[in-house]
Amino acid sequence: MPRRLPSKDVAIVGLGWTGSILANELTEEGLDVVAIERGPWRDTATDYAPNYVQDELRYRIRHELFLRPGQTTFTFRNKMSDNALPIRTWGAFMPPNGVGGGGVHWNGETWRFLPSDFVARTHLTQRYGASFLPADMTIQDWGVTYADLEPHYDRFEYLCGTSGTAGNLQGKIQPGGNPFEGPRSRPYPNPAQRQPFSHALFAKAAQDLGYKPFPQPSGNMSRAYRNPLGVRLGPCTYCGFCEWFGCANYSKASPQTTILPVLVRKANFQARDNCEVTRINLDSSGKRATGVTFVDTSGEEWEQPADLVILCAYTIFNVQLLLLSGIGTPYDPAANHGVIGRNFTHQTISDVTSFFDRSKFVFNPFIASGAIGMCIDEFNGDNFDHGPHGFVGGGYMGQVQTNGRPIETTPVPPGTPRWGAKWKQAVRESYQSALKPGTGVHGSMYSYRDVYLDLDPTYKDRFGRSLVRITMDFHDNELKQNRFLTDKFADIFRAMGAGQVVKEYRQAPYDITKYQTTHLCGGAVMGTDPGTSALNRYLQSWDVPNLFVMGASAFPQNAGYNPTGTLAALAYWSAQAIRARYLKSPGPLQHV
Amino acid sequence: MCERCKAHLAVVGRLALLLACPVLTRAGNLPSGQDFTQIDRGRYLTAVADCAACHTLTGDYPFAGGRPIETPFGIVAAPNITPDRASGIGNWTEKQFDVALRAGRRPDGKMLYPAMPFQYYTRLNDADVQAIWAYLKTLEPLHHEVETNRLHFPYDIRAGMRLWDALYFKPGVFKPDPGKSPQWNRGAYLVVGPGHCAACHTPKGILGDDQEKQRFQGYSLQGWFAPSITNDPARGLGNWSSQDLIEYLRTGHNRFAGASGPMAEEVAHSSSKMTEEDLAAIAVYLKDQPGQGTVGKPVSPGNGMMTAGSAIYQDLCAACHRADGTGSAYLIPDLARSSAVASREPTSVLRVIIQGARTVGTRDEPTAPAMPPFGWQLSDPQIAAVSTYVRNSWGHAASATAASDVRKARKDLKSHTQ
Repeated sequence: MPRRLPSKDVAIVGLGWTGSILANELTEEGLDVVAIERGPWRDTATDYAPNYVQDELRYRIRHELFLRPGQTTFTFRNKMSDNALPIRTWGAFMPPNGVGGGGVHWNGETWRFLPSDFVARTHLTQRYGASFLPADMTIQDWGVTYADLEPHYDRFEYLCGTSGTAGNLQGKIQPGGNPFEGPRSRPYPNPAQRQPFSHALFAKAAQDLGYKPFPQPSGNMSRAYRNPLGVRLGPCTYCGFCEWFGCANYSKASPQTTILPVLVRKANFQARDNCEVTRINLDSSGKRATGVTFVDTSGEEWEQPADLVILCAYTIFNVQLLLLSGIGTPYDPAANHGVIGRNFTHQTISDVTSFFDRSKFVFNPFIASGAIGMCIDEFNGDNFDHGPHGFVGGGYMGQVQTNGRPIETTPVPPGTPRWGAKWKQAVRESYQSALKPGTGVHGSMYSYRDVYLDLDPTYKDRFGRSLVRITMDFHDNELKQNRFLTDKFADIFRAMGAGQVVKEYRQAPYDITKYQTTHLCGGAVMGTDPGTSALNRYLQSWDVPNLFVMGASAFPQNAGYNPTGTLAALAYWSAQAIRARYLKSPGPLQHV
Repeated sequence: MCERCKAHLAVVGRLALLLACPVLTRAGNLPSGQDFTQIDRGRYLTAVADCAACHTLTGDYPFAGGRPIETPFGIVAAPNITPDRASGIGNWTEKQFDVALRAGRRPDGKMLYPAMPFQYYTRLNDADVQAIWAYLKTLEPLHHEVETNRLHFPYDIRAGMRLWDALYFKPGVFKPDPGKSPQWNRGAYLVVGPGHCAACHTPKGILGDDQEKQRFQGYSLQGWFAPSITNDPARGLGNWSSQDLIEYLRTGHNRFAGASGPMAEEVAHSSSKMTEEDLAAIAVYLKDQPGQGTVGKPVSPGNGMMTAGSAIYQDLCAACHRADGTGSAYLIPDLARSSAVASREPTSVLRVIIQGARTVGTRDEPTAPAMPPFGWQLSDPQIAAVSTYVRNSWGHAASATAASDVRKARKDLKSHTQ
């Protein structure tokens, strides 16, 4: 029997970005909040200090900041007819672990989705007709609009000190920014970061080709910043150790550098690290959560009763807890029925590597930051006419070279031997004159009937709980999209003067061993119809009204941007609804 | 209300008090001891005097004592000052409290060790002592026996304090300087009296006695160097405006520095709770304190220690503190204008390099940035070189740090309990 702890007003599962945001918002209401985090406490000077954090082997190759697959993992298969097998080393994505979550080791790319992204099905059907969409594509509208989320995007950007150039200020297109973005109420809190040579060269070539390049919105500070909570960040040093690493000099927005210093001072906030929540408990009606059960490092089981439960774990773990706790109807792809596990998506990433004349081009790729870069948005979302191309979706593309780290940064021209003296010579010759963006083409992945999450029938975790099974493959729509975008991207590098441009299209089948991004989305999506969504438009469970589920698991499909800005905006949006409405009258915030 | 009625009510009120507390009597026209204004003033003065720093071990048991205080002579633990009758001061009279606070003598006649800064509290005026007493009596009595005397022989013999008192203790309430402004005098009172700044910041003789001629010019204790708080531009606060000083005391941070170590505690428990007026008065007084003047010649940039130190600095320190030492305001301390770096002794510099340090988080500056330790990474000669470099760059001048200083600092740090 688990031992029972004194009841709390709110139990938050996972202390990453959304957990920190919700904890801070709800403690402001005077609620007694506990956040239960599976991984360890992490802080800048104690856990990723400047005298050792630039260790590519330790963090990038050996995955120090990520979940250990030995603690828990997933099984994977491409097709419903395949047998899924457990993932034993991370590849396509990196499940975060520990306080700060993915906010510790992200790059800081802080995008907003396009207004049309939130009404994807309505918009695309209106423009191209229903038959233009593949029959098994299950994209849907979000139930919120860009206008709903704008104030919350703004709040997150000011929390983070996002560095960028506005492209659309209250409807007026601004020079130097992204002309396709939705209207923003005010400029970014900080000017864009300075761009290294290759990024500037990319922007010039893109401009010459008729595009409108702009700096990527960045959570790396272009200057010292004090956020509205009073927390300080320092100027970025362009060291090139962002993604996969914690920032050692307080220059990358993370829960540690923006919220936690304020949160830990509050008497009505408590954090339990190294405690893994194993289920959400329900009362006998099954319609009310009574709290959560977690296990500590000694293997002791504890029950934490709470009036309000907020899931803030990584996408797949949110879905797993819902499935294991019997909340919502599990998705059945054969019957096309149920919602938990439905509309699971990732991203469609590709790259080009380009080789320049080394007597003329010296790029110094090590001068970088995680969210530095010059981008174009002409081929994102529905910013262009898809009619002639036979696919929907798109992505931003850019020279987003985030580092020149020695183990990874070894681009060599095709035909070079894979090892030995000739390979070494080619690395030496290419290091300063070749370009390989971190994520060059950042394409959307739309949702499909046969891409989903469920509980694996065979494999269990150390507690005997079923692992989540991922069933995922690329569909023709995404492959076509990627070919089109990658070709456009390569043209820009040619215009920059590259002698050789090597395109690396994204190929089917989906490869779980090749890193794309950690942007897994969906599985517990928001919407306006309980038949096709797990959550209402306030991220509240349709089935258990005192349960809210944050994070990208709520995305009905994934857009051509990094998800953090949007999932954080959704967290503030949901927090506002809880504060303004739910707490006054606990119960469903939306009726069908 | 007519005068007669007032007088009548006063008689009734006093009578009621007498009936309620038949044992307690008070002399003269003093407030009742239940007076809100007096209790609240006592609460404020208790914060100014930073009583909690020593008398509170954890926030769950305020003023219940037990916190060990490191002195060069051994450990003294602060007693329980809650009104518990058995283990606290619940049986004391106000007079006994006054004698302990301002004369360093316990009700049993034994002498207090000057870890209790009675040589500064003796400057407190009567009303402030009464207010502190009134406040302490409102605390929840907590039963907590504390073994206070853990000193080495012969300092553990309390009678030795008689000699110390005779030599060094100069009792007496603060006397305002009529030639100075009321604000200056208020600042002086706070600094030399309840604030007891000299306890850390004034150099001491071999028996812990203040060296008055070097008042506020800095002193090493508990593995830190409490820097000069005079207006000396080279080693003290000369580069700071009054506003910088007020901000530092209130928030623990300003554009140059962040408080860590014992000063972090002082800010958290004491100066962050002081009024803006009192902080301004302290600033006026401290900015009027003369420094030591010249600091001598810096170690030559051509010196091998400086070359090595510069290389280590650029490699390991410059990412945060910047090549020119200026750091980032309110986040990364400005080494070029740091009195801790420019101090006579490298104690704090060595400690922070070896062990790292976390600055204080306050309501107004919650960030609490920290410096990681480098002691595991750098050898004694390397730390000596980087210490020499930062202490002789950007206008600073100090003697070179020797590898043996670093070895000694490492040994000292191991001996500290906090």
